[in-house]
Amino acid sequence: MSIGIPVERMDGRAKVTGTAPYAYEHQVADPLYLHLIQSTIARGQVTAIDVAAAEALPGVAAVLTHHTAPRLAPDAPAEFRALQSGEIVHHGQVIAGVVAESPHIARHAAGLVRVTYDARPHDVRLRADHPDLYTPDMVAIGAPADSATGDTHAALASAPFRIDQTYTTSAMFHSPIEPHATTAIWADDLTVYEASQGVHDFTALLAQALGFPADRIRVIAPHVGGAFGSKGLARPHAVLAALASRMTGGRAVKVALTRRQMFALTNHRPATVQRVQLGADADGRLTALVHDAILSTARYEEYVEWVATSSRNMYATPNRRTTHRAVRLDVQMPAPMRAPGEAQGHFATESAMDELATAIGMDPIELRIRNEPSADADTGLPWSSRNLVECLRLGAQRFGWAGRGRRREGDWLIGTGVAAATLPTWFKLISVAYGPSHAAVEHVGNGRYLVSTGASDAGTGARTALSQIAADALSVPLSDVDLELGDNALPRAMLAAGSMGTMVWGSAIVAAAGEFRRLHGTDPRPGARAEGAMTGNPHTERVTIDSFHAVFAEAAVHAETGEIRVPRLLGVFDIGRVVNPRTARSQLIGGMTMGLSMALHESAAVDQHVGAVVNNDFAGYHIATHADVADIDAVWLDKPDPYANEMGIRPAGENGVIGVAAAVANAVNHATGVRIRDLPITPDKLVVSRFAR
Amino acid sequence: MKPFEYVRADDATQAVAMVAERPNARFLGGGTNLVDHMKLGLVEPELLVDVTALPFNRVEPLPDGGVRIGAAVRNSDLAANPLVRQNYPVLAAALLSGASGQLRNLATTGGNLVQRTRCPYFQTLYTPCNKREPGSGCSAITGHNREHAILGASQACVATHPSDMAVALTALGATVRVLGPAGERVVPIGELNRLPGDEPHQDTTLNHGELITAVDLPALPLAKRSAYYKVRDRASYAFAQVSAAIAVDIHSGVVRDVRVALGGVAHKPWRAHRAEALLRGAPATEDVFRAAADAELAEAKPLSDNGFKVPMVRNTLVSVLRRLAREH
Amino acid sequence: MTRTNPVLADIAIHVDGDKRQLSVDTRTTLLDALRDQLGVTSPKKGCDHGQCGACTVLLDGRRVVSCLALAVANDGAEIVTAQGLADGDDLHPVQQAFLDRDGLQCGYCTPGQVCSAVGMLREVQEGWPSHVTGDLAAPVELTDEEIRERMSGNLCRCGAYANIVAAIREAAE
Repeated sequence: MSIGIPVERMDGRAKVTGTAPYAYEHQVADPLYLHLIQSTIARGQVTAIDVAAAEALPGVAAVLTHHTAPRLAPDAPAEFRALQSGEIVHHGQVIAGVVAESPHIARHAAGLVRVTYDARPHDVRLRADHPDLYTPDMVAIGAPADSATGDTHAALASAPFRIDQTYTTSAMFHSPIEPHATTAIWADDLTVYEASQGVHDFTALLAQALGFPADRIRVIAPHVGGAFGSKGLARPHAVLAALASRMTGGRAVKVALTRRQMFALTNHRPATVQRVQLGADADGRLTALVHDAILSTARYEEYVEWVATSSRNMYATPNRRTTHRAVRLDVQMPAPMRAPGEAQGHFATESAMDELATAIGMDPIELRIRNEPSADADTGLPWSSRNLVECLRLGAQRFGWAGRGRRREGDWLIGTGVAAATLPTWFKLISVAYGPSHAAVEHVGNGRYLVSTGASDAGTGARTALSQIAADALSVPLSDVDLELGDNALPRAMLAAGSMGTMVWGSAIVAAAGEFRRLHGTDPRPGARAEGAMTGNPHTERVTIDSFHAVFAEAAVHAETGEIRVPRLLGVFDIGRVVNPRTARSQLIGGMTMGLSMALHESAAVDQHVGAVVNNDFAGYHIATHADVADIDAVWLDKPDPYANEMGIRPAGENGVIGVAAAVANAVNHATGVRIRDLPITPDKLVVSRFAR
Repeated sequence: MKPFEYVRADDATQAVAMVAERPNARFLGGGTNLVDHMKLGLVEPELLVDVTALPFNRVEPLPDGGVRIGAAVRNSDLAANPLVRQNYPVLAAALLSGASGQLRNLATTGGNLVQRTRCPYFQTLYTPCNKREPGSGCSAITGHNREHAILGASQACVATHPSDMAVALTALGATVRVLGPAGERVVPIGELNRLPGDEPHQDTTLNHGELITAVDLPALPLAKRSAYYKVRDRASYAFAQVSAAIAVDIHSGVVRDVRVALGGVAHKPWRAHRAEALLRGAPATEDVFRAAADAELAEAKPLSDNGFKVPMVRNTLVSVLRRLAREH
Repeated sequence: MTRTNPVLADIAIHVDGDKRQLSVDTRTTLLDALRDQLGVTSPKKGCDHGQCGACTVLLDGRRVVSCLALAVANDGAEIVTAQGLADGDDLHPVQQAFLDRDGLQCGYCTPGQVCSAVGMLREVQEGWPSHVTGDLAAPVELTDEEIRERMSGNLCRCGAYANIVAAIREAAE
């Protein structure tokens, strides 16, 4: 068996030496360099664009504007229709591009382009009392915007214990360390080296936008420097790199976004304002749960994230209401970012649960256990396997939860907090959005097998885990398996989404291996090959297949300055079987680190006058550093889910993110008595809270 | 970035002459601020005169017991210097709280002093900013101003000086040696950086073509008991929300002498003269520390997003003074 | 009169042990010279403004961000990238420890983390204090807290920090 063994990351050697090539780094002959020019208004029209000085600069090969860029398919998603008109729908939108012999010349020329605008009033700020709040038809995952059972008004009115609080989260940015980048060569056919978390989905979108046959587009992405949801789409820079190559006689064109451009062109996690009302009896049983979410979307393209959907089945209660209301703002469209919706939603609900526990005077773990549901209240289906209570109990034991007392060490006030969480498995993405995923198995001779799928590994360890799955499915040692991914010449596979990659692609490999053995037996000839596919999960009609976890945090707050540290973080995960304990643990602690970063650091500073995010670099938009992450650990129950797939595995990575912000907020409250309901939890909020009393 | 000429200077007088005669020439030190700004399009020099090879790379004791720091000394070397660690721990601590190891290995003493504000509106070409484009207005006053000044600001500019090192040098009362076309002059550190007034585009009192060659630290025995405390949004690699550099001499429970400077609160490193005056000769008690902090903050004018800096400065001052008093 | 044509300068730098001669536009950073002109893509561009550390190399033995160093100002310099730290198939002990401890995920910040760790360990050996060193006058002890503080100039968005610290501790022992 290879599954379950902590195999070393297969691309590790190439990565520690820096020789694994990323999109910008593939060596091509005589490349040109594209630099994008962005709108400096948030809404309106480009009325004039003077490119004469730029075009005259020696070394400039082409300047693309909405006047000169080739036409793209009118039905392509708005995100890709770069330079098709002078209309401005968000600050930082691409309004031109310069192609030149060197990056310096391209940037210099870009600075010589003069743009005149007709600006219209814009609105970029989410407010709970916004006059244009509306009810979306659905939330982006395809669920209804609202749900209601029982009588929440009456239940809240008569509840002995009641919590009614509002929690806010700002826009956040994926911020992979590798900027989005493309190297495009469009001679006869089109070859694209792309920072993409899904080569086939990217190909389809690019083909649609360019009006060029998908089978004449080769997309190669063996290594991706972090994605977190931001590298799932075909973006303006990729479309324009392709067009620029075509316009310059098929020369290779390279483009990499600047870090600042990433804050305008690669989407974001939407801001939210969430009101949570809880009613409970003296035993801590929830008599009502109301979760009303307000969130931002873009005026030009709707994306309404699912922030309150997990409140439909996380806890048992007879009276429940969840709603989503959105506001169309003049911003770039939001899009999924690692644990979309769940990350913001759980911050609100799991903070509220902690507030309720305090109000009742009950241990917060016990409160959660009392409200453990016997079935999925949203669908009425039983759980495939739900072991949240075990996560809480095991975590409590490992963390040393019992007798949790706040304490003071020198200047630091120390407390602990807990949060529980769930991550749904979005099997419906396969049926409604991305289609089946395929894999192929080929015997290359001498007992060696080449397994191929158009999957992606943006750091998840998929390359390694899928090799292990293949080895077991073929009943061969891992050393006999070579695995290829990240290339659209390989069998079609869905992008990495919903933490489902290893699960979905793994199922396709299992199917391919089974088909291979059926066709070719155990002593195949060299060149023998078979394909298999993962087309969906037949059990989803009968059971709900979700993941669960509990997070424990210790927080230290400086009594004078309000500085916050998190000395300890422990996550306990119910995620089915784990294929590779080494890479899975990295995924989970990595997600927890992002959750910690969300709790303490991440916030877009939106300037309403400018119409843009103004802390748009890594000095302004903080993410956690080494020094912010101390003792952090992840463990799991290792209970295979018999309904999830042949391997018994469930989505893993995103679980890490979800519960952390609430656990930290709850620990900060335990340490100081101050409740922060607005992320991130920064010293300014605590220093004022403490000394305003 | 526009094309520019590059010259590596091997003679300070020639370097000064080269820059002085061309309005669009700049000295290049470690480059950590200038190259950053050139990429952002904030400055577009035609000529860079590299001064890192000039013989200003030593830290040496002065006859009066002070120390001379060459302007080309890298931040990391200065922080690791035994003289500095022994006699001026506040300076080593301030340096080590700034930037990252990789940046400190590049950044120079002279360059650190003339680094420019991190105000996002200054660093963005499309937003009004009186510092970048005189007369265009200040975007921060009505915009995002959480990181901005609470002391000594003007209607024209509310930016802060980003340096940690300079806060320590201000507390220590360093002097800055400057070489210009007309020769050498000496500028007290408190007179190097300016308050914004109506001319926020003038960060310093240096004239074009003047080159910082050294920083002199006075002999200051009380600096052996000194500390730097920096409050920031994450545990490392972040600019200060508020910082304090303090050196104090306490004898028999009475403050004999004290130096206090604040960072993150003003357009220049802020020497807290009022707090010092109140502390000097007073008993080293919590009440006195608090009164001193309140005196310094009496004229603080917080903006829409940074009212928290008032309690943060007060608490930081009190807590560092308390700690230093305890160590006596 | 504003220049329109690039100003070129001939320089020679040693990269991972090889002497490389090239003509650079004065605007070229060391990072761009390595990546775009010499095809040495081990140092990564993550922010281009000294705010992430992905471009960290050893310059004359010291760790620096190569994105803020101009190539023309480093004529004659000795540069070692993560690629050059390995001797063929033999990884540097820090690299091996990164593999053993899974101190990486997407791999994009990794070469910078590796170079930074190597440079940092030399700084510790030289007795340089850090922000978290309690007594600035005393010898430095390499605790996890010291490693974390000294490595904070290298951002990792995948969140491999805990494993990177474990790797560096292991390599230092």
